[in-house]
Amino acid sequence: MQGTMECLPACPVFLYPKIGKEDCFIMNMILQILVYGLQLGSTYALLALGYSMVYGIVGMINFAHGDLLMVGAYTAFFIFAAFDTTPTNLVIIVGVIILTMVIVGAIGAFIEKVAYKPLRNKARLSALITAIGVSMFIENFPRALPFIGPNARSFPSIIPTKVIQLGSINVTTIQLVTIGTAVVLMIVLDLFVNHTIYGKQMRAVQQNKDASSLMGISVNRIISLTFFLGAALAAVSGILYASTYPTITLTMGSTLGMKAFICAVLGGIGDIRGAMLGGFVLGIAEMYANYINADFSYGISFIILILVLILRPQGLVGKETVEKV
Amino acid sequence: MKIKTAKRNIIALIITAAVYLIVSLLNRAGIVTSYYLQLIVTSCINVCMTVSLNLVNGFTGQFSVGHAGFMAIGSYVAGYITTELIPQSALSGAFQIPIFILALIAGGVVAGIAGALIGLPTLRLRGDYLAIVTLAFGEIIRAIIRLIPAVGGARGMSGIPRYSSLLIVLIITVIIVVLCRNMVNSAPGRACVSIRENEIAASCLGVNTFKYKMMVFIVAAVMAGVAGGLYSHALSYTQPDLYSFTKSCDYLVFLYAGGTASLTGSVISAFVLTFLPEVLRFLSDWRMAIYALLLIIIMLRLPNGLFGGKEIPFMRCRNYRLKEDSAKQ
Repeated sequence: MQGTMECLPACPVFLYPKIGKEDCFIMNMILQILVYGLQLGSTYALLALGYSMVYGIVGMINFAHGDLLMVGAYTAFFIFAAFDTTPTNLVIIVGVIILTMVIVGAIGAFIEKVAYKPLRNKARLSALITAIGVSMFIENFPRALPFIGPNARSFPSIIPTKVIQLGSINVTTIQLVTIGTAVVLMIVLDLFVNHTIYGKQMRAVQQNKDASSLMGISVNRIISLTFFLGAALAAVSGILYASTYPTITLTMGSTLGMKAFICAVLGGIGDIRGAMLGGFVLGIAEMYANYINADFSYGISFIILILVLILRPQGLVGKETVEKV
Repeated sequence: MKIKTAKRNIIALIITAAVYLIVSLLNRAGIVTSYYLQLIVTSCINVCMTVSLNLVNGFTGQFSVGHAGFMAIGSYVAGYITTELIPQSALSGAFQIPIFILALIAGGVVAGIAGALIGLPTLRLRGDYLAIVTLAFGEIIRAIIRLIPAVGGARGMSGIPRYSSLLIVLIITVIIVVLCRNMVNSAPGRACVSIRENEIAASCLGVNTFKYKMMVFIVAAVMAGVAGGLYSHALSYTQPDLYSFTKSCDYLVFLYAGGTASLTGSVISAFVLTFLPEVLRFLSDWRMAIYALLLIIIMLRLPNGLFGGKEIPFMRCRNYRLKEDSAKQ
C-alpha cells in the first residue's frame, strides 16, 4: 500500500489535494480515481462529439477539431483578460462561456466553408490533408501574432476551488462543474438532435445528402450548423480543461484531439451517444492506467482502441454497415 | 523490353552520379554548406518514406497513417546495433560501412516483421478504420519504445555514429525509388492497382487481395525501416517523439501534395516541401503559418496533388493514370 501511495504525487494528473494516508484503502482509491476519470472523460466526450458529428455528416476526419479546443481556451482567456479583475459573478462567467462558444463555433463553420467545402465532391483524402494543413495553421498562426506569441499562459481560476467530502472521497467544485456541464450539454445536444426540426434535418443529411436536398433541406446550412455545434462544444471542453489544468499552450489541442478522436471511434464514429460513452470509457480507463504506471497511460487508449476495432469494428454502439456492390 | 529497362536503370545511375558529383563539387567550392548538405540528406530520407507510403496509399489505395512508426523501429534497431552492439570505436574504418548496411537491413527486417504483425489483423478492415488502426499502432510503437530502458526510454539515444553520408543516402534512395517503380510495373503491382480501382471486382477476378495488400504493406514497412536507420545515423541521435503522429502527417502531406500514384510527384514534393520551411526561414515566426497556408492552397487548387497519377517519362513504365471516379473514393 505504501508503494502505491508514493506513486500518486508523481503522476502529473493528480494536481488535487493529496489524499490523506489514514483513509487510504483500495475501495476509496478506486472511487476517487473514478471521479478523476469522469472529469477527464467529460472533456474527452465533449470534444469527441464534434469528431463524431462531422464524420457522420460529411464523412471526413476533421483533424483540426482538437485545435478548436485550444482556440476556445485562448478566446476565453482573452475575454477574461479584458476584465479588470477575474469576474466572480456567475452570470458574467456563463455569458463569457456562451460568447466563446459562439465565436469558436463561427470559426469552425468558417473553416468548413473555406477549406473543406470546395473539396466535398473530390477525393476524400484531399480534405483530410487540408484538415492537417488547417490544424498546422491554427497552431502556428497565433504564434506569429505579437499579442499571443508562443509562450504558455495561465488560465484564470473562474471556478472557486472547494473540496467537498462525499462519504469517504473528496470531490472538488471544479470536478462537479466539469462533469455537470458536460452532462447537461450532452442532454441538450441529444434533445436538439432528436426532437427539433434542425436535428431532424441533420439526421436526414447524415442518411442521404441527395435525397434530403430534394426534400428541401439546405444541406450546406446543415453542414455549417454541424461544424458550428461541434466547434462550440470543443470550446466548452477547452474552458473546462483549462480550468482544471490552468497552463494553456498553443499545442494543447493536438494530443487531446487525438484522444477524443479515439473516443469517437471507440463509441462508433458517427454516433452521438457513442461518442459520449467512448469519452467516459476512455477517460476512466486512462486514469486507472495512470494510477498503475504513468508512462503506460498514453499507450492504453490506443490498445483499447485496437482491441475494440478488431473485436467490434463498428464501435461500442455503432451500427454495422453493409457494403453494397 | 529488357533492354529498355536496362537503359532506364543506366539513366538512373547516371543521374545519381551527376547529382552526387555536382553537390560534392559545390560543397568543395563552399557554395553548398554543410547545412544544405544535411537538408539534402533529410530530403532523400523523406523521399524514401514518401515513395514507400505511396505504394500503400497511392497504388494499393489503402490508407495507412502510421508510417512514422516503422521509421521509429528501423531507426532504433539500426541505431542500437551501431551504438551498443558494435560501437564505432571497436571497428576499423573499412568495416564501418558494411556494418552500417547490415544494421540498416536489420532495421528494415524488424520493421517488416512489425508490419506483418500489424497487417495481419488490420488489413481486413476497410477504409477509415484501417487509417485509425495504423494511427494507433504508430503511437503504440512510440509508447512501447518509451518503456524500454535499454534504448533510453523517453530520453532517446544519443551518440549514434554519423554514418549517413550523402553518397550512401543517395544510393539507397535511388535503389528504393527504382524498386518501387519496378514493383508498380510488375504483376503484383498490377494486382495492387486493381485492388485500388475496385477491391471486390479484383477479388472476383481471382486476385488474392489480402495477400497483395499484406505484401505491399510489408515492403513499405521495410523501406520505412531502412529510411529510419538512415535518419538516426544522419541526426546522430534518436528519440521517440521524433516519430509522433506529426511525422506521419508530414509524409501524408508530402504524398498527397505530390499526388498519389505518382512516384515523380512523391520525389519532387518530398524535396520541395523539405526545403520550403527552410527557405521560408526569413519569415521567422510566420514561417509555419505560411507553410500551412501554402499547403491548403495547393490542396484546394489541385485536389489530386501536383502530379496526381502522372509520371515523367523516365519514371514511367506503364500508364496508370488515376481515373476520376477512383480518385473520388
